[in-house]
Amino acid sequence: MDVILFLIFAFIAVASAVSLVLQRHPISSALSLIGVMGALAVLYLLLGAEFMAAAQLIVYAGAIMVLFVFVIMLLNAGRERPSAASRLVRWLGIPLFTLFIGVMAYFIQTFFPKTLDVSFGGFTQGAGLEIGRQLFTRYLLPFEVTSLLILIAIIGAIVLARKEI
Amino acid sequence: MPPLPQTVPLSWYLLLSAILFGLGVAGFLFRKNIITVFMSIELMLNAVNLSFIAFSYQFRQVDGHIFAFFVMVVAAAEAAVGLGIILTVFKNRATLQIDEISTLKN
Amino acid sequence: MNFYILTLIKAGLVAFVLLTTAAYLVWIERKLLAHIQLRLGPQRVGPHGLLQPLADLVKLVTKEGLIPQQVNKIYFLLAPFAAVMLALISISVIPFGPEVEIFGQRTWLQLTDLKIGVLFVLAISSIGVYGVALGGWASNNKYALLGGLRSSAQMISYELPLALAIAAPLLLSNTLSFRELVETQSGFLGGVLGNWNLWYQPVSFLVFLISAFAETNRVPFDLPEAENELVAGFHTEYSSLGFAAFFTAEYANIITACAVGTHIWLGGWQPIIAPHLGGIWVPSLVFAFFGIMSLFHATQPARRWDKYTFPVLGLAALGLAALFAIPLLQPVLVPLFWFAAKTGALIFLFIWIRGTLPRFRYDQLMRFAWTFLFPVALVNLLVTGLVVALQP
Repeated sequence: MDVILFLIFAFIAVASAVSLVLQRHPISSALSLIGVMGALAVLYLLLGAEFMAAAQLIVYAGAIMVLFVFVIMLLNAGRERPSAASRLVRWLGIPLFTLFIGVMAYFIQTFFPKTLDVSFGGFTQGAGLEIGRQLFTRYLLPFEVTSLLILIAIIGAIVLARKEI
Repeated sequence: MPPLPQTVPLSWYLLLSAILFGLGVAGFLFRKNIITVFMSIELMLNAVNLSFIAFSYQFRQVDGHIFAFFVMVVAAAEAAVGLGIILTVFKNRATLQIDEISTLKN
Repeated sequence: MNFYILTLIKAGLVAFVLLTTAAYLVWIERKLLAHIQLRLGPQRVGPHGLLQPLADLVKLVTKEGLIPQQVNKIYFLLAPFAAVMLALISISVIPFGPEVEIFGQRTWLQLTDLKIGVLFVLAISSIGVYGVALGGWASNNKYALLGGLRSSAQMISYELPLALAIAAPLLLSNTLSFRELVETQSGFLGGVLGNWNLWYQPVSFLVFLISAFAETNRVPFDLPEAENELVAGFHTEYSSLGFAAFFTAEYANIITACAVGTHIWLGGWQPIIAPHLGGIWVPSLVFAFFGIMSLFHATQPARRWDKYTFPVLGLAALGLAALFAIPLLQPVLVPLFWFAAKTGALIFLFIWIRGTLPRFRYDQLMRFAWTFLFPVALVNLLVTGLVVALQP
């Protein structure tokens, strides 16, 4: 059951990612990315990361991607024009991509020869309690720094959205 | 074809993460639309998150979840500012093609 | 019984009840709005227009589904499907009652309980915007596009106060599962009144209600479909089943939002009045009162059919009262009654406000979310956190 679920959602993730790269229209790419995120959320659930699965859907699929879709609609972005360079890059890119995957697979096999077998329900700390505890004790400083980062991002977005620029 | 294992080895998750990251890099390099390029970056961040959470499973700690959480926060901030920049660029140049936004070049 | 068969039965039952309720909600809304505006509402199909939803369904199904030429076909067809699917998913984690025993089977009146149930509903509702946004964009019509744009901006803006408002009572209850959330609200204040989160968190409940209006695209926040500015907003180009799907999604969303509000603030299926004060007999008394009133009116018929309709109605209500008084059925029926009554009251509020308030202007809507609702929810959350932290 675990294997089947993993294979289904891994396939959805990879297929959506390929579609993101190949689609010509930004809206199609955005929807493909949402597909990747949804599939990844299910994989997070399989890994016992319930809170992260929900956060993935709320933050990524529900907020960031809505912003992307909003901007695409607002700018009425049309289909992308292929250029000569991009055609060349594609013929160079596919072997390079295969090479990259091969090297990564080799590294994973070499450096992590005995990884655990993932079974659903094998890791139960991901439901929020333990994450909250760690976040507000051990990782308190990084947490506060990210809040500063968000503040800067808000100010930056407001400055950029002004009319004069 | 060998029979399917009963449980999924963690390395499969890492490999999936690598594939998604590679596709993100490919999208980043291939695409000409600035929004699609931006989305490819998000795909790379997502792929990294998956391996963080897989490592978290391996080591029985939630630290990986917290790293992924921080990545999400950074991605949200980045999306807000990045999309603001894209809007401004479109307002001034009326194009979204990356290779046409090259004023400094000449 | 097999776990899978039981789950399938429950899933079918929940889907059927939800869709029927959504269909009849349209009738209830039209009737209530009509009476608020001193009209009669639907009257033609069946007594008091009771068969109107069926007639609407037949009409919408048999109508030709127009696909305009200039639309993006795939997304145009995908959007209503996505909208209705996402609207129906979140009901699966919402409980309707406690653990009960039916035919010797102990089961929860709920499809499934997630440890992160509240987050799940939030996640699904935040994705729900794609149906509307995509429908508006794919229609390739400027009114529809404006509706879709408005909807996505509005949903993102109101998601924040909604999430912050939900977070405050969660701090008190210390759980994310609906089942446990309701159980923490058991017991009675001073032995009389239900120990609800509402008494501790009135501000967050108000913020939640207002945001829920915006999230479900209801008046006074129905800017995405504002008919006097945007024709029909995002569903301008939709007809037949596509239109029906958007409509079903909207009403299913209302039901889910009200059920969530009931569980988080109004104590779910917990009774309002303590059992030793007769809380368990309240449903029987309500139905009996209704039945006796109907029988009394039957003795003084004002219209031609009153001689027949009122006695039937009265006897049916008395029968229901008797049903709720059977001790064997009470553990199942009484919690269901309370859940339905509280959710129904919230839904009534939704319709009431639709009949009362005018629509916001778009800039007012955004300013209201960011400069009023969001700070209020934030301060409420901070104060709640402080109080919880200072508690011994």
